[in-house]
Amino acid sequence: MKYFKYLVLGTLFGIILTKSEVISWFRIQEMFRFQSFHMYGVIGSAILVGMISIQLIKRNRLKSIDGEEIKLADKQFNHGIWIGGFIFGLGWALTGACPGPLFAQLGSGIGSAAVLILAALAGTWTYSALREKLPY
Amino acid sequence: MLELLQQPWPWYVAGPLIGLTVPALLLVGNKALGISSSLRHVCAACVPAGIPFLTYNWRAEIWNLVFVLGIALGGFIGYRLMGHPDVIGISAATVRDLKAEMHLTDFTGLLPRELFALDNLANWKGWVFLVLGGFLVGFGTRYAGGCTSGHAISGLSNLQWVSLVAVIGFFAGGLLMTWVVYPMMF
Repeated sequence: MKYFKYLVLGTLFGIILTKSEVISWFRIQEMFRFQSFHMYGVIGSAILVGMISIQLIKRNRLKSIDGEEIKLADKQFNHGIWIGGFIFGLGWALTGACPGPLFAQLGSGIGSAAVLILAALAGTWTYSALREKLPY
Repeated sequence: MLELLQQPWPWYVAGPLIGLTVPALLLVGNKALGISSSLRHVCAACVPAGIPFLTYNWRAEIWNLVFVLGIALGGFIGYRLMGHPDVIGISAATVRDLKAEMHLTDFTGLLPRELFALDNLANWKGWVFLVLGGFLVGFGTRYAGGCTSGHAISGLSNLQWVSLVAVIGFFAGGLLMTWVVYPMMF
């Protein structure tokens, strides 16, 4: 039961991704071709609202409902950040989906999403196996 | 109201709601929004194969897998139950370019059948778009330590310059694929 709240939030998140069509390959192409403001509006306003929310949480030292102090770890730089980011970007334009939308596509009943997720799992596994040999 | 829920949602409704997921996860469970990690947890749970990076207590991250299961459920509700248009309302310019450059004719559904239909796995297109594309998403996100949710939304919301570097990388890759590689492929 302690996981139920994450199921609810995930479901809402999936509905929003689906209804705003950001899970569509066509929308991602439109974005990379700079032919619509839609995707930039979605991502930009999400960041803005997230930013304001985090500032409010930090300034008011809000605690989680379990009374824990909310802590956000700083992300550390390494060369994988941009190399991996670039590799993901190639895949993002090909598949028209980042990981979240892949799961929403699967739920919407698109067969190709199952293949894409299996391929993504193979990619993550391969990265894990090669990790020590990759440049950082 | 019902009709409003059925229509595609504009960016100024969807974007802020996505942004609110960040504080919601922090407040209900002290969790940072990030989705690509779920792929690592599945690998760790199913095929760890003695790989150090996949040998950790993935059970502590079950919340992330439940969140992702919710996303799939949300996809079903949002698409199948709430209804959807037959054709995504992308700009006329994009339709024109995709017809001219990639020879697409079928614009129904969330993604072009001509590229993503499963019988395409019998030719190079299916392998490039379905297999290579998915592989690069899984490989790249873990190498970069996050995807659009973990770096772009979560990371930039928390003013992390490292995430900005990642997002610039995402766009560099996406633009290269769209503007340089696609024209060579078709």
